[in-house]
Parts: sequence; C-alpha cells; structure tokens
Amino acid sequence: MTKKRSTRVPMRAQDPGARSKNFLEVNLGYTEEEALEEASRCLMCKGPQCVKGCPVGIDIPGFIGRIKEGKFNDAARLIKKRNSLPAVCGRVCPQEEQCEALCVVGKKGDPVGIGNLERFAADHEAGNPDGITLDMAPENGHKIAVIGAGPAGLTVASDLAMKGYRVTVFEALHKAGGVLAYGIPEFRLPKAIVQRELDYLTSLGVEIRCNILVGASVRIPELFADGYRAVFIGTGAGLPRFLDIPGENLNGVYSANEYLTRSNLMRAYDSEEADTPIAHGKRVAVFGGGNVAMDAARTALRLGGDEVHLFYRRSREEMPARKEEVHHADEEGILWQFLTAPLEFIGDEKGRLKALRSQRMELGEPDESGRRRPVPIEGGGFVTEIDTAIVAIGNDSNPILTRSMPEIDTNRWGNVVVEEPTGRTNCRGIFAGGDIVTGAATVILAAGAGRTAANAIHEYVQWITWGEDTRKLT
Amino acid sequence: MKTYEIIHREQIAERVKVFIVYAPLITKHCRPGQFLIVMVHENGERIPLTIADFDQERGVVEIVFQEVGKSTVQLGAMEAGECLHAMVGPLGHASEITGWKGVVAVGGGIGVAPVFPIARGCKQNGARVTSIIGARTSELLIYEKKMRAISDELIVCTDDGSYGRQAMVTEPLRELLETEEEIDLCVAIGPAIMMKSVAETTRPFGVKTVVSLNSIMIDGTGMCGGCRVSVGGETYFACVDGPEFDGHEVDFELLMARQGMYRDQEKDAADEPSHPCRIGLHPRKPA
Ligand SMILES: Cc1cc2nc3c(=O)[nH]c(=O)nc-3n(C[C@H](O)[C@H](O)[C@H](O)COP(=O)(O)OP(=O)(O)OC[C@H]3O[C@@H](n4cnc5c(N)ncnc54)[C@H](O)[C@@H]3O)c2cc1C
Ligand SMILES: Cc1cc2nc3c(=O)[nH]c(=O)nc-3n(C[C@H](O)[C@H](O)[C@H](O)COP(=O)(O)OP(=O)(O)OC[C@H]3O[C@@H](n4cnc5c(N)ncnc54)[C@H](O)[C@@H]3O)c2cc1C
Ligand code: SF4
Ligand code: SF4
Ligand code: FES
Repeated sequence: MTKKRSTRVPMRAQDPGARSKNFLEVNLGYTEEEALEEASRCLMCKGPQCVKGCPVGIDIPGFIGRIKEGKFNDAARLIKKRNSLPAVCGRVCPQEEQCEALCVVGKKGDPVGIGNLERFAADHEAGNPDGITLDMAPENGHKIAVIGAGPAGLTVASDLAMKGYRVTVFEALHKAGGVLAYGIPEFRLPKAIVQRELDYLTSLGVEIRCNILVGASVRIPELFADGYRAVFIGTGAGLPRFLDIPGENLNGVYSANEYLTRSNLMRAYDSEEADTPIAHGKRVAVFGGGNVAMDAARTALRLGGDEVHLFYRRSREEMPARKEEVHHADEEGILWQFLTAPLEFIGDEKGRLKALRSQRMELGEPDESGRRRPVPIEGGGFVTEIDTAIVAIGNDSNPILTRSMPEIDTNRWGNVVVEEPTGRTNCRGIFAGGDIVTGAATVILAAGAGRTAANAIHEYVQWITWGEDTRKLT
Repeated sequence: MKTYEIIHREQIAERVKVFIVYAPLITKHCRPGQFLIVMVHENGERIPLTIADFDQERGVVEIVFQEVGKSTVQLGAMEAGECLHAMVGPLGHASEITGWKGVVAVGGGIGVAPVFPIARGCKQNGARVTSIIGARTSELLIYEKKMRAISDELIVCTDDGSYGRQAMVTEPLRELLETEEEIDLCVAIGPAIMMKSVAETTRPFGVKTVVSLNSIMIDGTGMCGGCRVSVGGETYFACVDGPEFDGHEVDFELLMARQGMYRDQEKDAADEPSHPCRIGLHPRKPA
C-alpha cells in the first residue's frame, strides 16, 4: 500500500489574476481521481470525531466509504439523509471549525477534505442522475406553511414533503433561496446550484410562492384559517446594521445587504442584461471581518475596483470568515487594514462619498474577561480617499412579521424565542428556526434547525400536542 | 384573470399612465398611504409605486406612474392583458386618516395620485378636506375629477397658468393657513422640492405636515437599507418606517442627494447612442 499523503488534495481554482475580474466560480471541484485520492486519506474511524463537529451529524466515514467504492451517487444520498443541501454546504460550511476541526488526520497534517468530498458527491449526483429517489411517504393531506425560502425554510419544506405533507413556502422576494440567492455571490455559490435545489423541492411537490411578504400581504392567523396546520418561521436576519458614524448616508455608502443584493439578486454585475444599477467603485472600503465582508470586498474587486481595502477592528486571526475565503481574498489582492476603527465618512458638495477618516488601534492590556481590547494609538489617525464604502458588520432580525403578530415572544434583539430542541414558539402551531432565532449564523445551522423543526411539526400535527394539551387528530 | 394581469391601461397625461392590475392577495390588506414594488421582467428593476386606489371586491389595485427612466418606460410599454413579472405589497405603514378636523391635501405632479386615497380616507372619516393640486402645465395635470369628487374644496394651480391659478401650490396653501381656523393636518406628496416648500410654509403655523418620501428602494422590506432617510436627526428606512414622515423633521437635502445617486448611470441607460429617444425608451434584447 502506498503511504497516505499528509496534505490534502488541493482544490483546483481559477487563477487569481483572471478570477478577480470575472464572476465565475472560483473553486473548480474535484475530478473523480482527485476525490478518490482524497477519500483514501480517511481512516474510516469507528468512533468518528468528525461527525461530532457536524451540526447535523452526517455519517461522514459512511459517505467517504461510498466514494472510495466509486458509488458516488450513493454517497450523495447518504449525505442527504441528514442534510438536504449538500452541494451548498460542501461549498460554504465553515468546515475548519466544524467537521474538519475534529478529524483525527488533522493532528498530523491536513484534515480530510470533508467539505470538498461532500461537494463532489452532490455535484456528481446532480450531473449523473440515476433515477433512484429517496422514499417518500404517501400524501397525508395536511397543509403546512413555511415563511421564508432560505436554508431553514427550504429544509423544513423538503423534509415535510418527504413525510407526505403539502407544503407551501411563502417568500417575500421575487426569487427563492434567501441569503443563498441574494447574499452569497455567484463566484462562491453559482445560482444554478441554488436553482437545482429549488427544482428538487418542486419535484417533491412543494409549492414556492414568491412576492408574498407575510405580515403584510397575508397574516399568520389567516394561514391557519386557510387550513394550514402549522407554520414555520424562517425569515432570517435581514436588517442591516450601520457603523453609526458621521457621513453614513452619503451617496456611495452601502450596507453589504444592499450591495450584494444589487449585484446577486438583481444581477447588476451583468449590466448587459440587468436594469438595476450599482456603483462601480474604484477605491473601495469594506468594514467587517466575516463572510459577508469577504463577499462584498471580492465583489467590489470584480466590479472594477482598483483598490479594495478591508477594515477590521481586530487582527487577521480573529476574523470570523471562513479561512478559505480569507485566503482567496488575499490572493486576489484585497488590502487589509487590521486594527483600525472608522471615524467618519467625508463627502463632497454633492453629497458623494470621497474619503474616510479612521484610527489605528493596538491591543491593550487584557480586561476582566482576559481579552485584549483594541485601544487607539496616539497619532494613529489617517485619511483614505474612497468613492465606495460597504458596511458588513452584521444584521439584526427583520421586524415586519413579528410586528404583525406581537404575541410571538421575541428577545431584546428581536429574535424569535423558541423551545429547544423542537423550535416551538410560545404560540400554538407556530415554529421557528435559522437566523431569525439564532441571529446571523450559518447555512448548516439554519438547515439543521429546519430539520429539527420538521420533526417537531410532524409530531405536533400527528398528535396535536402542545404543552399539557394532547388530542389525537382524527 | 391571471395574477398581476393588467386589466386596464390608460394614458392620462403626457408620459403618465394608469394601470389597473389584478392582485387579489394585495388588496386584502391595503390601506391608503401604502405602496407596492413592481417588476416588469425577470431582470428588471424593482420599482416602488404608491397604491393610488384599490377595490377589494374586484381584487384590483390601481397604479399611476410617470415615465421618467428606463424601468418606468418599460412599464409604460406593457399592454392590457399582459402580466407584470412581480408585484409585492402592501408595503410601508398606512396613513393616519382618522381623528382630523380639517385637512389640506397637497399633490404636485404625479404626487396627486398617491395623495388621493389619503384625502378620500380623511374625508370618509369626517374631516373637511381642502385639496390643492398642481402641475407644471395643464397637460400634466392628473386626477382632477377624482380629487374634486372627494374634496370640500379643490384648488388647481399650474406653473405656467395654462389652467387654474398660475401659482405654486404653496401660495394658496399659505392663504388657507392664514384664513382657515380648523386645519390640523397637511398631507403633501410630490417632488422632494415641493414637499420641502410645503413643510416650510406650514412650519410657522404649527400645522402637522405629513410627507411621503420616495427614496430609492430595492427590496422594500427593510433588508437593504438603501432607502435610508434622515428625520429629526435619526436614520430611518423609508420602506418599513415610512414612507410617511413628519415633514418638519425631514432632511430634504439628503433625500434629494440620495435620489440622484445613480443619475449618471440612469442617463447612460436612457441615452444609448443608437436610440435618439431621450426618455429612456430602450427595447430589451430578446431573451
Ligand atoms: C453575504 C453572506 C455570506 C454568507 N456566507 C456564509 C458562508 O460562507 N457559510 C455559511 O455557512 N453561512 C454564510 N452566511 C450565513 C447564512 O447564509 C445564513 O446563516 C443562512 O442563510 C440563514 O438561513 P435562514 O433560512 O435562517 O435565513 P435566510 O437565508 O436569510 O432566508 C430568509 C428568507 O426569508 C424571507 N423573508 C423574510 N421575511 C419574510 C416575510 N415576512 N415573509 C416572507 N418571506 C420573508 C427573506 O426574503 C429570505 O429569502 C452568509 C450570509 C451572508 C449575508
Ligand atoms: C414609496 C414610493 C412611492 C412611489 N410612488 C410613485 C408613484 O405612485 N408614481 C410614480 O410615478 N412614481 C412613484 N415613485 C417613484 C418611482 O419609483 C420612480 O420614478 C421610479 O423608480 C423611477 O424608475 P426609472 O427606472 O423609470 O427611472 P430611473 O432611470 O431610475 O430614474 C429617472 C430619474 O428619476 C430619479 N429617481 C429614481 N428613482 C426614484 C425614486 N424612487 N423617486 C424619485 N426619483 C427617482 C432618478 O434619480 C433619475 O433622475 C415612488 C417612489 C417611492 C419610493
Ligand atoms: S454539512 Fe458542513 S459540517 Fe457537516 S459534514 Fe458537511 S461540510 Fe462538514
Ligand atoms: S475523523 Fe477524519 S479520518 Fe476519521 S472518519 Fe472522520 S474524516 Fe475520516
Ligand atoms: S428598500 Fe431596502 S430597506 Fe428599504
């Protein structure tokens, strides 16, 4: 037997120079040979650590084993038993903090590329359909309403459809997918893949109704009156935060949500086809250190930015973004401004952004929590000329739905309060999950919450139990 | 009838059209002061338009729009019987139409259409309604008949004197404020500059003045923050916190600057060299 390689089979990617000017996917995926080679690095552990790191508990050695045997579609089906969005999660999960963080192979070299293999299996199945489908329960005649077509809502919908329910998904925007459609850019998650997932849902009989803002176009009590047995709220965390510094309303200052929505959902990057405009900034500043900030910065580069600066108040190691995205951003030439705090946007006489004043910081003495907080460096103020700024410092939850039904318990951030692990809210028959419950988190956590809620909804509808009150449905 | 089908189309002034659209779900909850987002085609812009009227029984909404750029021109090119790609609403807060004694409703240009359901609502709830409507010239005046039918008094102004009184809407407004005792609300909708002048006119009289802000929008659901306006020194999202705000507190300079954000790009879209048309008539490439 040949000795196993200690490094991961690299993911082929577009050349940084070329890709920073196009919107095509950066990562190119594994070939069958590459997938087999990477799969061979897995030790097929009996008590696999990696599975503990996956929020939805995918049978990782199980699917990698199928890949080793060349049964790629079986591998995909095994993953789908736990995760209905494998092609998406294989691409966007923060694997290095989850499954791969715990992989034993990682102790002496690179951990197994679980995400890369997951992506491979899912793409293989989509490209080589063999007609084998998962077993679906017969129709049971009950209607379920899902609000929001993001990863949480889509997972609830597919799971309940498999259990025989008639599911309708209500989506406010004109396209389904949630952040997968409006937030994460094409070069990281091609929209054709999101569409594939949506087509799959439709094939299960799920009805997706776009352009319906629940709370405005229709209210939750009306859904119950209309015969829906239960309602799932998966409305996400879509209310952008701003920096709260002077000049923030100047033309040229965007929230990341607006910037990315213009580019992705409204396809402004394709100015030949799309009517929605976007600023093609030459000198751009992005604020934040998460995935959203990376996506905004790399989009700005692709829209023609000569200089794209990323301002983050802490240091590189503390950026919460996926390591791969930071690495890709670095290769593409993003200019890092760590330990800096923005102070003020400066505009011209027409109200257009022209510069940013900011302050260099250093890490001070550890505070009570033991964390070293950034403190201003004396004389560390400086001005950068910019024409576009993108604020990516987080989102709060959108209040439209909860305002229309104030009985639903929310916490002080406006997130819906649920009972763990069922996802039940305080209102009978109403469940919630995903970013609307946790605040901005990850795709797999939203999908996981959707799965748990689907099981709880199934139990509720079959038994109509809510607290003490138990009645068997006739 | 199909959802979002245009069941009636009419040109009511130069470059101003009225559509009646079948959208039963939207009409169910709509109230005066709210708006919609409309898309003409899959890759089109999301255009915010006020609900100018609605009929719950027939399940229809009425929109009135002026062709000012690429997207509104595309919209205007649609025929009766065709369906809009998308329409979502009702969005934003409804107007406060109850509890007023004397209301002055001021509409400028296309703004007369959105002021209509609010004025009618106030009237139905017992207020005495005086309406002042204005346009640059008589050809651009809209909704005169409808406004007359629901107003106790109607004053028409044109900038060039081609019809009604030659004046800005603020002139008769000031006279009213000076002579009438019982005015407790002024609602003004129109170009930002007009709403600003109205607010300045009412300010010394201390009459509550509500304006409807037409900032640039995308989603209309509070998700993007592109519609931010400054009112009383605080930032609000016009789509979810508005569109109506206290006219005495609005930063109109900021509103106007932000409305001009894409002016250069919109001009490019409208002035394609192969098209002499200045108003943005820009046929789409076949898909
Ligand atoms: C730019 C960006 C990049 C990201 N990158 C990553 C990444 O690399 N990896 C990762 O794991 N996570 C990433 N995330 C986070 C991840 O996308 C979210 O955690 C996840 O999408 C949350 O899913 P959700 O279903 O809860 O909500 P969302 O995806 O936000 O979907 C909610 C949906 O509900 C709709 N909606 C809201 N209100 C209503 C209403 N009243 N009526 C009807 N519909 C409504 C919205 O329009 C939306 O479509 C990223 C997020 C962003 C913004
Ligand atoms: C809540 C709300 C309600 C509205 N109601 C109506 C209505 O009932 N009837 C109607 O005709 N219009 C209404 N508008 C304005 C309408 O949305 C714009 O005229 C339209 O979006 C312009 O699109 P366009 O592509 O045709 O023009 P563009 O090419 O985008 O713009 C042409 C010119 O109009 C300016 N402009 C762009 N967007 C807006 C805007 N939102 N408001 C004002 N100026 C703008 C541009 O700066 C440019 O100078 C409303 C706007 C809002 C926010
Ligand atoms: S879903 Fe995410 S965490 Fe789970 S195995 Fe796949 S990549 Fe790892
Ligand atoms: S921990 Fe690593 S080596 Fe072990 S089963 Fe999981 S992926 Fe394979
Ligand atoms: S239009 Fe996007 S938040 Fe108002």
